[in-house]
Amino acid sequence: MHIVVCIKQIIDPEIPTDQFKLDPATKRQVRGSLSLVISAYDQNALEVALQLREKAGGKITTLCLGEAGAMSAIKSALGMGVDDGVLLSDPSLQDSDSFGVAYGLAQGIRKIGTPDLILAGCVSGDTGNKVVGPLLAEELGLPCVTFASRIEVADGKAVVRRIVEDGYERVEAPLPLVVSIVSDDTNIPRYSKLKDIMAAAKKQVPTWKAADLALDPARVGAAAARLRITDVYVPKRESRCELLDGDTPDEKAARLALRLRELKVI
Amino acid sequence: MTEVLVLADGQGGVPSQNTLELLGAAGQVRDATGGKVQAAVLEGAATGLSTRLFAYGADRVFRAEHSLLHGRPPDAVVAVLAQIAGQAEAQVVLLPDDSLGREVAPRLAHRLAGGVVSEVIAIEGEGAGVVFHRQMYGGRTIAAIRAQRFPVVASVKPRMLAPALEQSGRRGEEVPVTVSQDASVVRTKVLERVAEEVRGVKLENARVVVSGGRGLKGSEPFKQLEELAQILKGAVGASRAATDAGWVPASWQVGQTGKTVSPDLYIAVGISGATQHLAGITGAKTIVAINTDPDAPIFKVAHLGVVGDFKAVLPKFIEKCRELTQA
Repeated sequence: MHIVVCIKQIIDPEIPTDQFKLDPATKRQVRGSLSLVISAYDQNALEVALQLREKAGGKITTLCLGEAGAMSAIKSALGMGVDDGVLLSDPSLQDSDSFGVAYGLAQGIRKIGTPDLILAGCVSGDTGNKVVGPLLAEELGLPCVTFASRIEVADGKAVVRRIVEDGYERVEAPLPLVVSIVSDDTNIPRYSKLKDIMAAAKKQVPTWKAADLALDPARVGAAAARLRITDVYVPKRESRCELLDGDTPDEKAARLALRLRELKVI
Repeated sequence: MTEVLVLADGQGGVPSQNTLELLGAAGQVRDATGGKVQAAVLEGAATGLSTRLFAYGADRVFRAEHSLLHGRPPDAVVAVLAQIAGQAEAQVVLLPDDSLGREVAPRLAHRLAGGVVSEVIAIEGEGAGVVFHRQMYGGRTIAAIRAQRFPVVASVKPRMLAPALEQSGRRGEEVPVTVSQDASVVRTKVLERVAEEVRGVKLENARVVVSGGRGLKGSEPFKQLEELAQILKGAVGASRAATDAGWVPASWQVGQTGKTVSPDLYIAVGISGATQHLAGITGAKTIVAINTDPDAPIFKVAHLGVVGDFKAVLPKFIEKCRELTQA
């Protein structure tokens, strides 16, 4: 079985608030020297792929569409145990919207050859968009299941646990299939073993550019964007947190309850 | 003039809360830009729903009846909505951001060669069109967005928009849709649906939510949160750390991939305040944090807080709340 996992490298979303800065011109977050990570749910997707390979054998390829520096994300994925990776990087891809990204990834997948399973995180860790998996499925003309936490494969079919409002569904779908992954207690990303990290550092990872991907320039980059962000603003947080103090935890607790009563909240 | 199409649903002929919110937004767009408010109703919705939709502002309702829509498989919903959006000449399509809408929205946008906006929290019709607002960067920022390609499909976060008001006696046009696809468009099959136990108030509707996170270090302490929630007539939620650890069911999760809640009171116990969690509570009116770490990001958004171990703080807090609310 061949599994492709699409990953995105983003600025660490858990940086303290005072380090979060927006560029008013591009309306994007300023990277500065902030650390970069693989988007959280993409990491869960890597873990799901690794568990499937453990059970059923096969190969896992990770695809990352990004700048040259995103190679480090691929190396991280290799360090987790993924077999190989490809970086999709070209100036023409810069500032692509979700449709441009899905198209670029689809071209990469077509070049690799049709995998059995294509996984991606359900939500992008920076934009909060929930669209790349479903868009990829539409691009490739494949079925998809979104917000899935577990996958079993047997007899050319997948059975997927899909999270819904009040619980979950077990969904059967044919392969090849696109699945967007959400976290649960079975797919916490594993820590990388030192020997795998060292092997990853030495591994040759190709970069595919526009010509390699036969990209139609009209479908990528800023000019192809279907939406325009006209304004980005940080919502005002009114007051500082009022800390209830006391000599003992009991005192603090009692003060908190009384303060809530005072404010007519309880 | 902006033509808006809304995916409408209901139970027993009564429009759902999501539907009322979408109709409210669509009505506002119509008032600002002209155009019509149109709704799509899919098979399985009781007859009589259309009449109620007219009362809540719909000008035209498309009814699609076909067995392939039974159970709302996303493949079928995408195909039929694409057909209806064409008939409606829709420039904006609004779907609720629920487990169906979040999958259908991007796929429908792709099918219609248009744009998609996820998790819209506000919509404004302006002379030149429509502006959508949504959170970015885990709720740290809000972006105002305009479409450059139409139609634009928007999935709308529940409980953020003002619902439409009823105007009884209002009439509209019902259009039966001849579904042009057959069952072969549906490629996935739901083998079973498992509902997790909900005790008491539903999380997304609760006026009070008491949530536990990584700091609870297990499932046992959640019993204390349940006790507190019961006293305050609320519901228990959890951070992703707690649900990923398997301490509580996944449906208790509050956050970007869990529920969005807008309670009057949100009590975060042992929750650090990761951005994807905070994204789920921006609607909370009063946020209280109990955490051992004074530098935890939760204290940057909380209104009230106690720095301390919940094990030491909660017992007295629960006792005092019981005393105050039962007086």
